[in-house]
Amino acid sequence: MNRTKTIYYIVLAVSILATMFMNFMAFQVPTALWALDGLLVVGGFVGYIYSQNLGVYVIKRFGEAILVLFVIATLTFLLLRVLPGGPFDQEKALPPEVKANIEAKYKLNEPLYMQYYYYVSGLAQGDLGESYKYLGRPVTEIVMETLPTSLQLGFYALVVAFIIGIPAGVFAAARHNTWMDNTTMIFAISGVSLPSFLVAAVFVLLFSFGLDLLPAAQWRGPEYYLMPVVILGIRPAAYIARLTRSSVLEVIGSDYIRTAKSKGLSERTVLFKHVLKNSLIPVLTFSGPLVAGVLSGSFIIEQIFAVPGMGKHLIQSVTNRDYPLIMAMTLLFSAMLVVANLIVDLLYSFFDPRIRLS
Amino acid sequence: MSTVVEVESPIGVVEAPKKKSKSLWSDAWARLKKNKASVVSFYFISFICLVAIFADYIAPYSFEEQYLDRVLQPPSWQHWLGTDSLGRDLFSRIIYGARMSMAVGIFTSVISLFIGAFFGAIAGWVGGKVDSVIMRFVDILYAIPTLVLMILVKVIFDSLNLFENPELKALTSILLALSIVGWVTLARVVRGQVLQVREMAYVEAARAMGARSTWIVMKHVFPNILGPIIVLLTLQIPMNILFESFLSFIGLGLQPPFSSWGVLASEGWRSLRYFPHLIVSPGIILFLVMLAFNLFGDGLRDAFDPKMRGKS
Repeated sequence: MNRTKTIYYIVLAVSILATMFMNFMAFQVPTALWALDGLLVVGGFVGYIYSQNLGVYVIKRFGEAILVLFVIATLTFLLLRVLPGGPFDQEKALPPEVKANIEAKYKLNEPLYMQYYYYVSGLAQGDLGESYKYLGRPVTEIVMETLPTSLQLGFYALVVAFIIGIPAGVFAAARHNTWMDNTTMIFAISGVSLPSFLVAAVFVLLFSFGLDLLPAAQWRGPEYYLMPVVILGIRPAAYIARLTRSSVLEVIGSDYIRTAKSKGLSERTVLFKHVLKNSLIPVLTFSGPLVAGVLSGSFIIEQIFAVPGMGKHLIQSVTNRDYPLIMAMTLLFSAMLVVANLIVDLLYSFFDPRIRLS
Repeated sequence: MSTVVEVESPIGVVEAPKKKSKSLWSDAWARLKKNKASVVSFYFISFICLVAIFADYIAPYSFEEQYLDRVLQPPSWQHWLGTDSLGRDLFSRIIYGARMSMAVGIFTSVISLFIGAFFGAIAGWVGGKVDSVIMRFVDILYAIPTLVLMILVKVIFDSLNLFENPELKALTSILLALSIVGWVTLARVVRGQVLQVREMAYVEAARAMGARSTWIVMKHVFPNILGPIIVLLTLQIPMNILFESFLSFIGLGLQPPFSSWGVLASEGWRSLRYFPHLIVSPGIILFLVMLAFNLFGDGLRDAFDPKMRGKS
């Protein structure tokens, strides 16, 4: 049993790392590899849920999530439809016939409850409506085009955040109250305070205009990914470093660590085997809000580096008063957050068996 | 706290002891004063606030006057930080930007604090159905990423057309967006604190004495959760300042000629290549203010919660 688990973890790690590498280097990732990733991840979750009897819990959470999203969809619909001043009032006054035709096309002339009915039944079929601005283009199509880019950006930023943040936090805690600790924490609090456009400006000046190493805009390959990903990762990395440090310090002060030390275990064994395992759990719980932060931060980064992601479209849809697109983007961003929270909760109980989900 | 001599209580007027006790507050104050970074941050924030208030007297030029013969000049004695693409003095614009950025940050944080404290206290104190209704609503708002929710609120208030003047419209909708979104976290924390405090012996004692709920909440619960609330407020202000600058930077916030640090950064970004000082100087000021607020907030939290000392 244990061996199958080990093999599963190795295959999972290799497969995901290979996908990440190929994807980051902008190679075409074979569909088979994507399928393997999906199978392993979903299979792992299903297996865990099944073995822990969490099926009811997960279904309940899914039900709640769908309910929350449904309420969000309804609220945005009501708020944006009831408001005075439609999207077609803004531009120069249209002749009444034209306006009537446009309204008929988007079914805006029908009573509100019928519009709501169309909207919800469309949602149930995965149809997010038709954009007001990009004529004839369904919102779903726009989303399918931009979602992968946004996911890429956010995912790599999170990876950067964890890779930098956790070691930095552990290092600072291990050297508690020394100059190394203080320096790391000064960096961390600066990272939390840095506005991303300042970092972006300095990076672009340095690496694009100065050294001519990295392109200043667009999203076409690894050299394009590097700056946006790192800049988006800085703030969450700083948060994680602070959190990891405080969590490690708390664990170091606990009784079982004293026991482990008094057994004569080496500093290294205690740190990696006992302290790390226990102190990373609070860091994991923070991943939910972290995802929300990265989603919010990605707006600016997408705007600055002309990344063709969803954030850029949301900003444009606001300027254009493209209500279907605004509603769809709100719903999607919320869905991403809700799903991320559910996954974090599951991982949480996986890493800390003391926690019982119900 | 210890200066209160007479207290209205449900059982008549009670004489409070006049002796100077070492309250939680003076204790916290003493601890805060020992934290050098916090003290320096506090002075820095006060200094920026003074600059913001007396911007009219300090700024050498107006924030919107254009000197078209001196467009895009590098820093010089005449214009300390140079001029922008419309010939406006950048140093003066940063000073007026401080007024806008700080006012928006502080004002919206205080409003969201009031909303959050109100609903959080009601949810925590009354409990039952009221609690679950409020918290369900909070959960729903929580499921929308902050910036998306702010943009949504802004869209809604924009289309209400509260004002004819477009700049004023932008200002009110950003104020409303930041205030309405910010209270959610605060409500959660206040509720948690109230739930803790209401189980305390002194609340039970007050109840046993026949005190009314409002009286207990005002006299016992609030003073005891004020510490964590103030800490939250100091950490909410930099968040809101940053969100304002983010929104202004992506063009959904304040509009020029209004000057805030985000507006300046947004204008500066366009001429990044040849005139980097236009974005770097407002960016650095924003960074320093954020840093000061975060350091001060950290120090304040450590002062109120000595167990947390030296951590996080």
